[in-house]
Amino acid sequence: MSQNVPGTPNRGIHELGAEEKVGWDEVTQGVVLDPLTDPAKEIAHIRPEDRHYTDFSSYTATVASWRVLKPVYNRDICIDCQNCWVWCPDTSIISRDKQMLGIDYDHCKGCGVCVEVCPTNPKSLLMFDTNEAIEEALSQWPEKKKKEK
Amino acid sequence: MAKKFEINDVEVWDGNYAASQALRQAQVDVVAAYPITPSTPIVESYGSYVANGYIDGEFVMVESEHAAMSACTGAAASGGRVATATSSQGFALMVEVLYQASGMRLPMVLTVVNRALAAPLNVRGDHADMYLGRDSGWIQIDAFDAQQAYDLTLCAFPIGEHLDVRLPVMIHQDGFTTSHKAQNIHPLQDEEAYKFVGDYVPVDEMLDFSRAVTHGAQTEEDWHFEHKAKQHKALMDSRKVIDETFARFKALTGREYKRVESYMIEDAEVAIVALGSSVETTILAAKQLREEEGIKAGVIAPRVFRPFPYDLIRDTIDGAPLKAIAVLDKSSPGGAMGALFNEISAAAYTTQNRPLITNFIYGLGGRDYSVDEAKRIFKEQKAHADAGHITTPIQQFSGVRGPKLGFFETKRS
Repeated sequence: MSQNVPGTPNRGIHELGAEEKVGWDEVTQGVVLDPLTDPAKEIAHIRPEDRHYTDFSSYTATVASWRVLKPVYNRDICIDCQNCWVWCPDTSIISRDKQMLGIDYDHCKGCGVCVEVCPTNPKSLLMFDTNEAIEEALSQWPEKKKKEK
Repeated sequence: MAKKFEINDVEVWDGNYAASQALRQAQVDVVAAYPITPSTPIVESYGSYVANGYIDGEFVMVESEHAAMSACTGAAASGGRVATATSSQGFALMVEVLYQASGMRLPMVLTVVNRALAAPLNVRGDHADMYLGRDSGWIQIDAFDAQQAYDLTLCAFPIGEHLDVRLPVMIHQDGFTTSHKAQNIHPLQDEEAYKFVGDYVPVDEMLDFSRAVTHGAQTEEDWHFEHKAKQHKALMDSRKVIDETFARFKALTGREYKRVESYMIEDAEVAIVALGSSVETTILAAKQLREEEGIKAGVIAPRVFRPFPYDLIRDTIDGAPLKAIAVLDKSSPGGAMGALFNEISAAAYTTQNRPLITNFIYGLGGRDYSVDEAKRIFKEQKAHADAGHITTPIQQFSGVRGPKLGFFETKRS
């Protein structure tokens, strides 16, 4: 890990219970944190799940408990348009080579934007209670709505 | 490459123009600003330098002062030298982001042209906005005239950007009385000025693509206190860098600045403590009283408002035979004693001397402060000194119409 700040070594923050041990003279200047253990060069070419994160990175933390409703994804209907991937404010839509794979439930806060922007009929993403089993949710999927003439 | 600006050895500049020239000579990377009276000409002049090729950096127009300070904070985190200007309501709108900039330890320079805060709406100079910044974690330096506005704006960059400091700096000057008053200025040539300011050394910059950094992290009760303690220590310790920078500036120009300025203080029995353009008026009154009435009057003027020069205020008070001091606050105190009075009193309490101290609220909304008013305040201090106790209310309003307004008497048994 690189640490350019003069006189502010990053001591001990990785240790369990560091908040009990590290004094004001040892914290980083300006609360600047290193999210990666490796240099960031060419990082854009490394997939998020393959990067080496420190404990400070939000990638290694979960906000799943903030969620009341969760989006459930139905592969059978999805057309891989990438709308949800573009709109998700928490980069919680997992997509590879323009194919929708699913939802990152560690970081999804259940805002429902993906459902709103989904263009299929019926929608390929719907909100369910966060405790609902995925199979249970998929079994309740609505039928295609016919256009009213 | 920016064009060189033709500058004479002596120029006639007002405080705003002087500040804008100092910003130009520092070759700032990003200025994001929203104009407001009376600091508008700083931004306006700076915009013309950019348009005419005198600056290589970016000028960002924004929709508010909150956005201006936000853009400055982002630019500073990216790794650029950053500056802006504001006054009064604009300053008030910036306040939220001022705390972000200092807490994130991002150096930048804010030239503040002091103006009263509404209501009632007022465009004239008082110190309400300067006082509003006093807990924001910024270094605050006060220029008493246009030459000082130029000099201190140049000094602000090497002070704030010093690797031992890494804090934002405000350079204050009084609205209209300094910002719009033209005087003879002795500027530096562009190369000399830039050499004094030096190249910007970025730290933890986001535009370093070889290293990922997180700026603006959240901390709760487990970490917040430690970070604020470290920040406060940096601000307190910036005194050393401020002194060194002032010494370097003196070696270059012959013009001397100190964290606390004092005039005719060595043998003074009474003194006035003031900030801003009132200092010159008070010096004139002290000189006249010495000649006309033999009153040994002196003046103390904190040059650096933050970090508060607790050390030098005590030295100054103990270094003179002072018996009574009046502390002048040009800001409505909102149900307390004036802030400067409280801080001077706290410092004076731990001196051997412990002079009598009274508080004057004066000059609000740009109300004129005259030599006669300063003389009257000096004479009151002389009366306290002769009586050995405070003979008036401890806080008084000076220069306001209507019945005398004052608060709190000294209890005497």
